[in-house]
Order: sequence, then structure tokens, then C-alpha cells
Amino acid sequence: MEAHTETTTQAGQILASATGGRRRPGDRIFSNAAVIAAVTVLAILAGVAIFLLIKSAPAVTASSSELPDGKSLVDYIAPLAFGTVLAATLAVVVAVPLAVAVALFISHIAPRRIANTLAYIVDLLAAIPSIIYGLWGIFVLGPAIVPVLDWMAGHLDFIPFFKGPASVTGRTMLTAGLVLALMILPIVSAVSREVFAQTPRRLEEGALALGATRWEMIRMAVLPFGKSAVISGSMLGLGRALGETMAVTIILSVSGIVSFDLISQENPTPIAANIALKFPESSGIDVNALIASGLVLFGITLVVNMIARLIISRSNIQ
Amino acid sequence: MADTQGENPAAAFEPDDQVNPLGGGTVSGGTLPSWFLRAVICGSALISLAILLATGGFTIVLFFVLTFGLALPTTYIWSRLAETRRMATDRLVTVSIAAGFVIAVGPLASLLYEVVKRGAAGLDSAFLTEDARGAIGAAGGAEHAIIGTLVITGVATLISVPIGILAAIYLNEYGSGRLRRALTFFVDVMTGIPSIVAGLFAYALFAIFLGPGIRLGIIGSVALSVLMIPIVIRSAEEMLKIVPNHLREAAYALGTPKWKVVARIVLPTALAGLVTGVMLAVARVIGETAPLLVTTGVIDQTNTNPLDGRMQNLAVYAYSEYKDPGVQVQASYDKAWAAALTLIVLVMLLSLIARWIYRRFGTDLR
Repeated sequence: MEAHTETTTQAGQILASATGGRRRPGDRIFSNAAVIAAVTVLAILAGVAIFLLIKSAPAVTASSSELPDGKSLVDYIAPLAFGTVLAATLAVVVAVPLAVAVALFISHIAPRRIANTLAYIVDLLAAIPSIIYGLWGIFVLGPAIVPVLDWMAGHLDFIPFFKGPASVTGRTMLTAGLVLALMILPIVSAVSREVFAQTPRRLEEGALALGATRWEMIRMAVLPFGKSAVISGSMLGLGRALGETMAVTIILSVSGIVSFDLISQENPTPIAANIALKFPESSGIDVNALIASGLVLFGITLVVNMIARLIISRSNIQ
Repeated sequence: MADTQGENPAAAFEPDDQVNPLGGGTVSGGTLPSWFLRAVICGSALISLAILLATGGFTIVLFFVLTFGLALPTTYIWSRLAETRRMATDRLVTVSIAAGFVIAVGPLASLLYEVVKRGAAGLDSAFLTEDARGAIGAAGGAEHAIIGTLVITGVATLISVPIGILAAIYLNEYGSGRLRRALTFFVDVMTGIPSIVAGLFAYALFAIFLGPGIRLGIIGSVALSVLMIPIVIRSAEEMLKIVPNHLREAAYALGTPKWKVVARIVLPTALAGLVTGVMLAVARVIGETAPLLVTTGVIDQTNTNPLDGRMQNLAVYAYSEYKDPGVQVQASYDKAWAAALTLIVLVMLLSLIARWIYRRFGTDLR
């Protein structure tokens, strides 16, 4: 495809030179407009970084007594970054195995008749606004999960994650992580499914012809083929979960502490939730500190997404 | 969807056709009929339904837990006795994957169900036709938020579509070398910008020129554009790619200038796909809350001018009705759910119409 386009482009150029070497005004305007649009897009991305830098500069130079909570900027952002990473990691750990199951179910197990419909529905779910996941999490999942939290605090308290005491409202890191997992599930499973479905037929049929059961075929042909897609899909999901705001803002009762306890009512605050909670009522240097934390979030997601894209382009899926 | 293969290869090998040359120990192990798994799952479902109804503790969650709790060991043990160990593993994994699918999709189904059930309670004509000025309790509505959502998203679309489509034309028709590679890479990176960061960027941009604390509808539109542009570029690029080259070559052969080839041949051919892509992008950003929370502010009356004053929108409306309920808490929650239902209906309509347009008018030239 690409090679063809190149040839066509060259043909156009040859044609242009054949018609006297001068480019028509229409051509000039059109190609310039396209280049300007391309540069604009790059400028916007650079602008995001630049304007966030400008606006967070006052917080970087400010003394710790001026900043919120009287802490230095690093001390202010570090616990927030911890909360972000903890929530997102939890989401990915829960979502990836389920997403792979969903992808395999649709690509290799469900009857052909309903597989396409299922894929279509899962794709539609990716468009549900995050505020709705948040409302569902606080009104439906939160109350429903309280007995489970109680049981965990009673029986699994030797594991640091479930130390308790269990929250009585269900507004916990675990709830937030589960809702985040639900939110990133469609994207992770969509990326995995597309590649699972592209597994070469000869590998699949070869395995089956040698007497492999369907699971052995999946394990030996489909999963190795789709491994990098699962990894990059998970990274994309991780990027989403890191930056996801509303669901976490609504569900977590935040307290800004650093703790691995997933089921107590005292929770670390993720960066995005902290911004959404405090920004509307902040002014002055507090706004700059919040924007600085946003810049850190931007940096984290940028790194995660770049790694994901590099894995995709390395593995040369297609 | 994306899988363009014919039939499912595994489906051609129904277990009852399967002879086991490797045997996994014994070839003598017979094979169970193809409806074995379905029968076990249905049987487990019936038994757990009976148990739960008898004990009176029926909930959907318990039902599924019990069903798969019964089905998994039954499948394995039965298959282990009647077939080989390898077949038993295969069947166990199949049921597990199906269970994983149910675990993943169950909450999503619950979400849709709850939004419709709870949203319907607050969704009446007043919700759609009145604003919230001076409204107490159940009175008033979200007309201002609906109008705000449409204005903010509309302006964002007006900003994103020209830039996005032209950038896609650059990538597919003109681009070469470093700029093209950089754009491809950074568009991918840009799809991962957290929405709240886009909001902060738009705020910072306007705050530098208009002073701190600024809240305008247009700032929200700029924030949404940052999120929308990469989605538009990605889908438009895909659509331009599938315009067959022989169309372009035929036009060149007739001496058509390049810009006319793009404007009169390529774009019209890809039109349905481009429209679909734009609509899906709108569906993705129309429910965004975080970037608007920090840029457009909160207000309780209708404002149609994005350049002047605060502007409400549905997602932020739902959030503030939840966060700061009025004197009648339940009435506020009902409104939050009604706003959520309105949003989901908007998003689903956009997605479904977009896909319908593509299927109905899309060029099938591959």
C-alpha cells in the first residue's frame, strides 16, 4: 500500500514537471495547507508541554511554605504519583487476564454467528463516558462490595493489600481499581482480539492437524503470535488508567496518604483526581502546583504510551 | 470486525470429530459429544437456579458464581473420566475463558441496566426543557447543560475536523521523510494524553492571555479538540488509505492536477468513512468531564456564547448534581442519573448512526 502511494506521488511529481515545472496555484495552496495542518498538530503537542511548563514554573520556584499543605513540590506530588501508579497498576492487573479471555472468546471460542455482534458491543462499550462508570461505581459497585471487603479484612488480613479495617462505604482503592479495570477492558481486548484473529491459518490448522486440542493450539500458535499485541494493548490500557479522572474522583474518599491497603477508607489520591477535586476552588500558587502535578502525569503517560507504540512498531504487526 | 478470516478454524474441529493421534496416554479414551459443554453449563445453571430459589437468596452475581463453580469441576472430572487428560484440560480452559468473558461483560451489562433504570426516574420533559436557575429539589432541568454540551462539542468539532482531515491528507497524500514519521508517531502518542491534562493545557493557554481564573466555553472546546484531533487523524488516515490507487492513477493519466485528484476523487470516495470517523470522535469526547470541569466552570442558566462567560455541560452537570446535592438529595441523584442516561443515549446514537452510515454509504473497494 505504502509503496503504491509513493509511486503515485512520484507520478504526480513527474507529471507536474512535465507540465512545465511550475506548480499550479491550487496545488501549492493545497499542499501548503496540508503541511500547515501537520505542523499545527505537532505544535499543539509541543504546546501542551510548553504551556504546562510555563504555568507550573511559579510552583517550582516557590518556597514550601507558600505551597499547599506547606510541603515542598516534590513532597506534594510524590504521594499523588504513588496513588496514580497504584490505581492504574491494580486496574491493569485485573483487566489484562479478563481482556485476553474476552479476546480469545470472541476470536476463537464463541460461535461465529455471535462473535461479530459481541465484538461490536465491546467496541461500543469503549465509548461510555467515564462519569457514568464513576456513578455506577459509587452507587452500585460500592455498596455491593462492602460485604466482600469485610470478609477480606477478616480472612485475608495477613496480606498487606487487605490489611483493613474495611471501609463501610465501599469507597476504596479496590473499588476504584476495579472500575478502572472495567473501563480499560474494551481497549485492551480490542487490540488483542485484532491480532489474535490475524494468527496465520496455517499455524492454527497445522497445530490442529497434529492432534492438538483447541487450547493447545491457542497456547502454541495464537498466544505466541499475539503476545506483543497483548503487551502493547496493556500498556495502552495502563496509559488510560493513569490519566483517568472522573471515575476515581467520584469513587475514592481521598486522603493523600501513602498506603498499600486497598480496602480501607483512607486512600492515596491519584494526581488526576486531586486536580479535579481541588482545581475548581483553587487560586494563585495552588493552581500552579496543581498544573505542575498535571505535568508529572503528562510525563508518566507519555513515557508509557511511547513504550507501547515502540513495542507495536517493533513487532511489526500486520 | 477486524477479523477478515472465513470461518473459525477451531469450529471446524468439533470435539466429536477429533481422534487423538498423540493420545496423551490413552487413545482408547472416547470422545464426548459436541454439545457436552453446553449441556454441562446449562445443567449447572439450572441446578444453581434451583438451589438459589430454594434458599431464597437469589442474586445475579451468586447465580453466575455458583453456575461456573459447578460447571468447572464437573466438566473437568467428567471429561477426565470419559476422555483424555489433554481433552479435559482443553474443556476446562474453554469453560474458564467463557467464565472470564461473563465476569468481564457482566458488570458492563449491569452498568447499562442501572443507567437506564435510574436515569428513567429523573428524565422528564422538564429535565429537557428547563434550566436550573433558582430551582430547588426536583424542579428545574438540564436544558442549559444539554445546550452547553452541544455548543462546546460543536465548536470542538469545527476546530478539529479541518486540522485533522488536512493532517490525514498530509500523511497519506503528501507526506514523506522526517515530518511524516514524526507526525505518525506523535499522533499515536497524542491519543494517550490524559483528558485532564488537555484541560489544564487549554486553561494555561487562555490564562496566560486572559488572566488567571478564566472560565469560557471556548476553552473547553480547545481542550476537547486536543483529544479529538488525533482520533480524527487516525480514522481519516485509515479511510484515505483504502481509496484504491487506480482511481488516483487514472485521474493523473487524464492530466488532473494533484489537488483536484485529492479534492475531487480521493475525498469524495472516502466521504462516508470520514464522516463516520468524525462522528465516532465526537462520541468519544462528548461525555468528557474532567477537561471541562477545569475550563468551562459551573453555571445554572443557559449560555449559548462560547466566548463569553461560564457554560454548563451534561457531564459536569451530572458530576455536580452528585457532588453537591441540594436539599433533596435523592432528587439531585435522579438528575445526575438522568444526565448520565442522556449522555449514553447521545453517545450510542452517534456511534450507531456513524457505523450505519459507513455500512450504507461506505465505499467497498478493497
